[in-house]
Amino acid sequence: MGKLIVSLSPHAHGTDTVERNMYGVIIALMPALLVSFYFFGLGSVVVTATSVAACVFFEWAISKYILKQERNTIMDGSAILTGLLLAFNLPSNLPIWIILIGALFAIGVAKMTFGGLGNNLFNPALVGRAALLVAFPAQMTTWPKVGQLGSYLDAETGATPLSIMKWAIKEGDASVLDQLPSSLDLLIGNHPDGAGAMGEICALALLIGLAYMLWKKIITWHIPVSIIGTVFVFAGLLHLANPAYADPISVILTGGLMLGAIFMATDYVTSPMTPKGQIIYGVAIGFLTVVIRNWGAYPEGMSFAILIMNAFTPLINNYVKPKRFGEVPANK
Amino acid sequence: MNIRTFRIGGVHPEENKLTHEAVTQVAALPKQAIFPLGQHIGAPAKPVVQKGDKVKVGTMIAEAGGFVSAPIFSSVSGTVFKIDTAIDATGYRKPVIIINVEGDEWEESIDRSDKLETVEAHPELTPEEIINRVKNAGVVGMGGACFPTFIKLTPPPTAKAECVIINAVECEPYITADFRLMMEKADEILIGLELLMKAAKVTTGYIGIETNKMPAIELLTEKCAKKFNGSAYTVEVVPLKQRYPQGGEKQLVDAVIRRQVPAPPAIPVNVGAIVQNVGTAYAVYEAVMKNKPLFERYTTVTGKKIKTPGNFLVRMGTPMKDLIDACGGMPEGDNKLLAGGPMMGKALTSIEVPICKGTNSVTVISDDEARRKEPQPCIRCAKCVGACPMGLEPYLLAKISEIQNWERAEQEEIVSCIECGSCQFTCPAHRPLLDNIRQGKSTVMGIIRSRAAAKK
Amino acid sequence: MDFILIAVIVLGAIGLIAAVVLFAASKKFAVYEDPRIAQVGEVLPGANCGGCGFPGCSGMADALVKGADAGSLDGLFCPVGGAETMGKVADLLGMAIANSEPMVAVVRCNGTCENRPRIAEYAGLRTCAAMHACGAGETACGFGCLGCGDCEAACQFDAIKVNPETGIPEVDEDKCTSCGACVKACPRHIIELRKKGPKGRRVFVSCVNKDKGAVSMKACKVSCIGCGKCEKECPFGAITVEGNCSYIDFNKCRLCRKCVTVCPTKAIRDVNFPTPPPAPKPKEAPAKAEAPKPVEKKPSHGAFLDTDSSISIK
Repeated sequence: MGKLIVSLSPHAHGTDTVERNMYGVIIALMPALLVSFYFFGLGSVVVTATSVAACVFFEWAISKYILKQERNTIMDGSAILTGLLLAFNLPSNLPIWIILIGALFAIGVAKMTFGGLGNNLFNPALVGRAALLVAFPAQMTTWPKVGQLGSYLDAETGATPLSIMKWAIKEGDASVLDQLPSSLDLLIGNHPDGAGAMGEICALALLIGLAYMLWKKIITWHIPVSIIGTVFVFAGLLHLANPAYADPISVILTGGLMLGAIFMATDYVTSPMTPKGQIIYGVAIGFLTVVIRNWGAYPEGMSFAILIMNAFTPLINNYVKPKRFGEVPANK
Repeated sequence: MNIRTFRIGGVHPEENKLTHEAVTQVAALPKQAIFPLGQHIGAPAKPVVQKGDKVKVGTMIAEAGGFVSAPIFSSVSGTVFKIDTAIDATGYRKPVIIINVEGDEWEESIDRSDKLETVEAHPELTPEEIINRVKNAGVVGMGGACFPTFIKLTPPPTAKAECVIINAVECEPYITADFRLMMEKADEILIGLELLMKAAKVTTGYIGIETNKMPAIELLTEKCAKKFNGSAYTVEVVPLKQRYPQGGEKQLVDAVIRRQVPAPPAIPVNVGAIVQNVGTAYAVYEAVMKNKPLFERYTTVTGKKIKTPGNFLVRMGTPMKDLIDACGGMPEGDNKLLAGGPMMGKALTSIEVPICKGTNSVTVISDDEARRKEPQPCIRCAKCVGACPMGLEPYLLAKISEIQNWERAEQEEIVSCIECGSCQFTCPAHRPLLDNIRQGKSTVMGIIRSRAAAKK
Repeated sequence: MDFILIAVIVLGAIGLIAAVVLFAASKKFAVYEDPRIAQVGEVLPGANCGGCGFPGCSGMADALVKGADAGSLDGLFCPVGGAETMGKVADLLGMAIANSEPMVAVVRCNGTCENRPRIAEYAGLRTCAAMHACGAGETACGFGCLGCGDCEAACQFDAIKVNPETGIPEVDEDKCTSCGACVKACPRHIIELRKKGPKGRRVFVSCVNKDKGAVSMKACKVSCIGCGKCEKECPFGAITVEGNCSYIDFNKCRLCRKCVTVCPTKAIRDVNFPTPPPAPKPKEAPAKAEAPKPVEKKPSHGAFLDTDSSISIK
């Protein structure tokens, strides 16, 4: 007979692992990735590949040489995921050296300085995007048009739906909004002359990803539903008050809302740990997004809304506790 | 069929009920029976025999060591070999009584017939008499907790019992002892339930069974209807959703009567329910009606690599080695030997540990499943929060226990933890959450106790 | 030019008003603190280890000043600073101080990997507390050191480290300040604070196993079997055997090491002696072949029947 092994209970474990969750999110992003290749061609391939490779490289290098960790964490899939999400936030004509700076910020500053996976306070991909937006505002706000499959740095750029909405508010003129694609086009990503960030073009692909993640129990419904719901209601109220504000369906289908609500805000590390907390978080993000979009300097408010609420997550975790067993009054 | 369940948390481990169909066999008598003196919650029993004494099956060999305690009876006939120390299920050497087995002679006072004794036929059984017989027979909770039953049947003055709930859930993987007991001794169990209801002075009873035991649900529903329809008692067989830890006392009460027991020191009787394991109900029947003290029980011996797993009616004191050998022996390679199931069982360092009052299963886990994976940093996925049936935050409690911040641990209600292991089971990063929480819980309970003692 | 003048006057006025307000506040809201507390605090080491039993050095300084006012500094001792620091404090406060013996942490277990074979593999959280809760550990001794280093983690002075070859912690005498953190951390109460002894020499029983002799010998080659030979041998009555385990009272021990010689399992250890302990008397040789070796059968309490009267009475 061999040895007897001892430990404290439980002696069984479920099938869930960190890798399964991270790679599951990556699989959920595949439809959106394929769609972005279809719409943006070469540029999209170059940007995505650079971003992913850079993120993985920086995490490996920092983990090995600066933090001197025993076990390198690049295989758990989180670096690849950050790379993908960062790429989805960028225009497909961004030069490689800028992408590298973004990746360095995302992994080096936002993730590894805090201690690696599990310890970061802010969403790394969004920190990378925000840093690039502030450092290279010109390159980060000119978006290539769809359909230019062979172009990369030389792609022609155009107005995004969000910039049209911003213009309408500035002019106070609802007729400007007629230039927006129809809701169906926004859903499936059919913009003949449209432009945008790579991951934001096709809402349908992102929704397929959401369905996959819910099915595999990688995330719960609370955050995406509360964000999209809040934006819909708030934007709807504004639209009713003044038609210069776009209608709520267009609002939820444009820009980074879908990407942010489904993939960025639901990041495990930076979102609250209880269902109640997650709903509070989602509602606040939705509210802030609409405020920044309509009255802020930038046309896109999602990234900053999420980053602001990331800072509130520890506070939410501290004060919002789950429903304890035994608090329910007897009700036979 | 309306399937109820508890409202917060829970996980669904693989069932592995390998011995579901195995009819119970009577285990062979051991050559030497070992009786630990601490087989129950409370003070250890005190020996009343000495080396060289002759005992029969059913002779008392140790008396209760205090109020919260229970006597121990010999399950074999023979000579007391010595009173020594041996490794028991706690992993430490504890005082035991060792008896060399000779023959199988029973005490004459025990009724060994199969005749079903009904409560109607015994009007002399008042609630006090029932509780007294239960106490003298050494009946303790057979689900594993081993709390003396007679104390549970006499609630404190601040609480009023409204119903008796029989815990036949058996939510742990692998274990089928309670299921076989229900299939083979259903009538006796129902009479045991009636005795419990009479002793607790209630007229409502429930039997909670998980839906993976449909034959038992059907059998008991049919027999309950026949027995209790038109009587003073209302008994309902409640099918429950398969979910771990459905068999936890508090979760069971929540599922069956939709009341949640408040945080400790509250106990189920504070919301009106007295919960008893189905094996305890059977032991109560035998103790009260057959004058048979508690010395044998139904135990499952199982494991994926065990050659012929089975269910046994085994005399307490039998070393586990005997049962494992009867099932084909310990598998090759490194194994984990558990007293109990994989979620809450105790890993043992020796296969000679004896079967005790609370040993409902001997589970052998082999190879890869026996070892833990390397823990990774917490990724804050909050799956542990979703799994915790008590509505706690395991990631937080584990961290607080690790940094030894006992005040914060008490604030976060660490004492409510029932140590079910759902959090550690779920954690994708394989973090040893329950190891840390257990540490914190025992330290905080010690602090609370010393604070209460200092106040007096 | 006017602007500069106005700016200077305005800022100067603000500064003056602020100074007056601060001065008034510092006088009105001043909290009186005995200046001696700060002075004593200067003398104390400043490690804030808690070994004195007070919250940090400032807590200790407070207690010392209160003690001085009450008339005695008894019971107050800083283990880190030692007698030297206490002397300085006493001078500062104008008091006399009782001399206290230096103490050191002693690990009373010699169950190394060689002496105490492993019978199981532990696969859980690697802390002594968790392993202790799981059961006896990886060996058959339920009292011995678990080797996971809770003591090492508790020590703030880097004075105790688990030796990876033997699996037992070792104390660095020079660094140990006898603050007692490791004593509290050990779940099995194996570590004890004992007198350092003259020239650092001390004798102690390196076992806390309370199982019967035959059982503990199976678990560990050098366990104490409670035979009582040491108790009978000791000329100063420093040794007591209780619960199958021997204990040497460090206040009575005179370091004669007769017990070390007699112990059949080598469970008693002597530390920092330049020469080995006195050799066993030749008369013992035929009964036990050589120098003391482990007892195989149940030990008898017939030590007084041994014909070795010369070493029984001093």
